[in-house]
Amino acid sequence: MSAIKVKLVVFLSVVFTILFLLQKPLIAMHIMEGFLQPRWAIAWGVACVPFLVVGFITLKKKVTISSKKLILFALSGAYAFVLSALKMPSVTGSCSHPTGMGLGAILFGPFLMSIIGVIVLLFQAILLAHGGLTTLGANTFSMGIIGPLFSFGIYKLFRKLKINISISVFIAALIGNLMTYVTTSLQLALAYPGEKFTQTFSKFLGIFAVTQVPLATIEGILTVVIFGILKKYSEAEFLDLKVI
Amino acid sequence: MSLFTKNLVLIIVAVIILIVPFIFVRNAAFEGADGIAEEAILEIDQNYKQWAKPLIELPSGEIESLLFSLQAAIGSGIIFFIIGRITAKSKDNYNTKNVENK
Repeated sequence: MSAIKVKLVVFLSVVFTILFLLQKPLIAMHIMEGFLQPRWAIAWGVACVPFLVVGFITLKKKVTISSKKLILFALSGAYAFVLSALKMPSVTGSCSHPTGMGLGAILFGPFLMSIIGVIVLLFQAILLAHGGLTTLGANTFSMGIIGPLFSFGIYKLFRKLKINISISVFIAALIGNLMTYVTTSLQLALAYPGEKFTQTFSKFLGIFAVTQVPLATIEGILTVVIFGILKKYSEAEFLDLKVI
Repeated sequence: MSLFTKNLVLIIVAVIILIVPFIFVRNAAFEGADGIAEEAILEIDQNYKQWAKPLIELPSGEIESLLFSLQAAIGSGIIFFIIGRITAKSKDNYNTKNVENK
């Protein structure tokens, strides 16, 4: 492992160790069923539509056109499936789950990932009473669109800056995870501004985003692991998808 | 360092991060925090009424565990099946190439 990677891991370990000392007691995951007013539920749903539409249109062109790409897409979906099911403990004393969207976002971009996001969220809303159908729009926007958007953007940016590929993947997945929860905090603060919007926003940030840091780190690490394997054995598809 | 070794080290680091909360924050409840977020919302807006309920109310935490495990199992199954296939194919091509060259 290169020296930079070791330093990064150590740095992040120090960061979240400090964060746990701050003892923020609350975190959560998706917005629960019925906890977003109808006007917001509809608004966020509408915001998702353009991304989903573009995703469906490019599905044929980019994914189903080749069985190998379809396999990678299925794997990206499965990866999101798995990671969203793993509730992990955070240093603040409660549990949350990572998003698993980083891998697919780097390979396929945010439009296609929005589709995977909806599917995972639908499954969890219907079968697990986790998240919700009324909040599907909001949760899809945060987890299926904003997260992948940041992961994709950061990966491309880092690669352009010729930053080591593993670090690019790690940071992309980590930031995608964090931005998902920052967006959730924003959505809740917009819906329940309380007395002062900025105050409420930072309160929700404290609940969601802060305690996600160790989980986002784990997500980054796992994404690097699986990305490495895929890059080695699916190099042709990676070149074709312009990932490397 | 081979890819396998590098991945192994990364996974060990991830596991350590996972275990840290249990070492340092022993007395915490480690509850899934959907309920806590609900409380936060009600704190801010006391008059808010949850206007929709989940379609299925799971009978117990055990059933919830089953479904989460199932989700992880199905997803993992797909992932490792695919990884098995793509790594096997590479090995096959490698062997065939070697045989042909002889």
